[in-house]
Amino acid sequence: MLNTLEHTELLRFTTAGSVDDGKSTLIGRLLYDSKSIFEDQYEAISQTSTKRGEVGVNLALLTDGLKAEREQGITIDVAYRYFATPKRKFIIADTPGHTQYTRNMVTGASTANVALILVDARHGVVEQTRRHSFIASLLQIPHLIVCINKMDLVDFKEETFNQIKEDFSAFSHRLDVKDVEFIPMSALLGDNVVDKSTHMDWYGGSTLLYALENVHIGSDNNFIDCRFPVQTVIRPYSDEYHDYRGYAGRIAGGVWKKGDEVVVLPSGFTSKIAKIDTYDGEIEEAFPPMSVTMLLEDDIDISRGDMIVRENNQPEVTQDVEAMLCWFNEKPLQPRGKYAIMHTTQEARCIIKEVRYRLDINTLHRDEDNREVKMNDICRVQLRTTAPLLTDPYRKNRITGSLILIDEQTNETVAAGMII
Amino acid sequence: MTANYRLNHLRELESESIFVLREVAAQFENPVLLFSGGKDSILMVHLAVKAFHPAKIPFTLLHVDTGHNFQETIDYRDQLVERIGANLVVGSVQEAIDKGMVREETGFNATRNYLQTAVLLDSLEKGKYDAALGGGRRDEEKARAKERFFSHRDEFGQWDPKNQRPELWNLFNGRKLYGEHFRVFPISNWTELDVWQYLAVEQVELPSLYFAHEREVFKRDGMLLADSEVLPRRPEEQLEKKMVRCRTIGDITCTGVWESQASTLEDIIAEVSIARQTERGGRADDKRSETAMEDRKKQGYF
Repeated sequence: MLNTLEHTELLRFTTAGSVDDGKSTLIGRLLYDSKSIFEDQYEAISQTSTKRGEVGVNLALLTDGLKAEREQGITIDVAYRYFATPKRKFIIADTPGHTQYTRNMVTGASTANVALILVDARHGVVEQTRRHSFIASLLQIPHLIVCINKMDLVDFKEETFNQIKEDFSAFSHRLDVKDVEFIPMSALLGDNVVDKSTHMDWYGGSTLLYALENVHIGSDNNFIDCRFPVQTVIRPYSDEYHDYRGYAGRIAGGVWKKGDEVVVLPSGFTSKIAKIDTYDGEIEEAFPPMSVTMLLEDDIDISRGDMIVRENNQPEVTQDVEAMLCWFNEKPLQPRGKYAIMHTTQEARCIIKEVRYRLDINTLHRDEDNREVKMNDICRVQLRTTAPLLTDPYRKNRITGSLILIDEQTNETVAAGMII
Repeated sequence: MTANYRLNHLRELESESIFVLREVAAQFENPVLLFSGGKDSILMVHLAVKAFHPAKIPFTLLHVDTGHNFQETIDYRDQLVERIGANLVVGSVQEAIDKGMVREETGFNATRNYLQTAVLLDSLEKGKYDAALGGGRRDEEKARAKERFFSHRDEFGQWDPKNQRPELWNLFNGRKLYGEHFRVFPISNWTELDVWQYLAVEQVELPSLYFAHEREVFKRDGMLLADSEVLPRRPEEQLEKKMVRCRTIGDITCTGVWESQASTLEDIIAEVSIARQTERGGRADDKRSETAMEDRKKQGYF
């Protein structure tokens, strides 16, 4: 049995949408029909459904939140949920979709392979659909699945499905999304979620679960550009490992082999990989997202925040960074303000030199007149950092292309940035 | 070409956890690993050993001992500490009771589970630890589903669900003010099944309590509890001999045991795969109210 595990992959997806789109019902349905719900959980929601006088068991209650949220009628950012099939293990980043929660969607999207965009078949493509799709493209989620839900309320009509598909494609070509799939479904009745619908013979595509199990995620990581941000240096100081000096980190890009010639940035010293080490022994090749320890042939002074790369393929070494920012904090962005910045394993300080424009995420209009950036706003900025960062465009690498800004007084994370 | 460069889900989870453990070592001055003797903290120690090999783990182990532990847990703990050469600090609930720092519950459902919070916070303060690694998983309970990897706690050790830092990509913000600390959960994304599968693949040795054994048990509130001198029985609660095992291990007074024949990790995985009850279904501490976990977390529980 354990041998079959060798082939089980991990897929992370995010769901954006409001309660009215049937998002909670959809997640409940996925969990329930894939038999990921335990008896005690089912019993609890069954009792609550009865108490509230609902007909049948309300699967949406499975994603019901905390007491603090119920009391205030709000949802606190991202909840993570898990289910598995023999083929894949799934992590759902479940985010509320109201206007004011752009930041939550951005958070959930930052690690996702796939985004589910929910559309109510009765209402078609609405402002919220556009917003969610834009965020998915901004965060470079490789795959989008547009779930056209509540098909039962439009008599399972093919024309409705085609119209929404057409409307969506009309605006999504302006976005940077590579792979879009459309699935007509009824989360309430279970049509095309896990089991194939018997009401839509005209639809020849797959169910949602089949799509999630089979979407190709093999090339979601960057296997071309070698990037190894050093997290920490391992020095055992024991007799057995007297001269051991290992650089620990997680591969952010590229495929690495023993003997590869490397450059250490920002110092620029060159060396060769002597060994790629793990607890289980030396390995031949390392690739993302492995956590390994690298040993070099030469004694070079390397510390946290440095990056090991290949000579002929280097990131930019720069103190001037252009980035798209999503603002997370109640306190608005301070133009010319100073913030702490985290990028890969490096920390520095920075100043926001200029807000170039604020982006209206519904119309994609670049507003250069009103550059006041408040919570949930998205803008383009120019930053100047106190120390050189080792950057790639976010489009090229989601790890070496991302950063966060931190308020130096409160230590709160106030913004997420994608390097241009 | 890229087809071969894939990690399976267990290796990907392992890599993520190792990354988080290394971040803790790099970002904090005095981190501590909360060790309960349960499988999740055993997993965490195993991952920490892997993360820093061939160096020793850079974390002190802290065990909050209720004084009502299974003897098997204590034996296992002492052997593990010996094997990996770690420092162990024990926070004693019994001592806190004797000193009058906390008051013990009385009655049939009395448990020292709640007293752990005070002793934990006290131990963290005494040791001046600025980060405490916990084996909490998001699939365990709904209050945990929204927990961060790096969870900020104020100077009273409290969790404020509304004031948590957004976590994006693999950028973990561990900055804090003096007196504040972090709880860090490196195995957040593991499910119960993942843990068992991984422990089996890695052939990690586990306390005997997790495997089926014969034990004197009695029934209370639909759960089976182990017979123990610290757990008084009501007159109608009769002892029976059964083949049982633990799915979680905590204090004797609130750890339910399950009827099981599973004697190997493979048996356990088969059992967990088809289980129809959550593992915390056997935890009396969660059954006190619908929001029992959320309430305890706010006060500074694990």
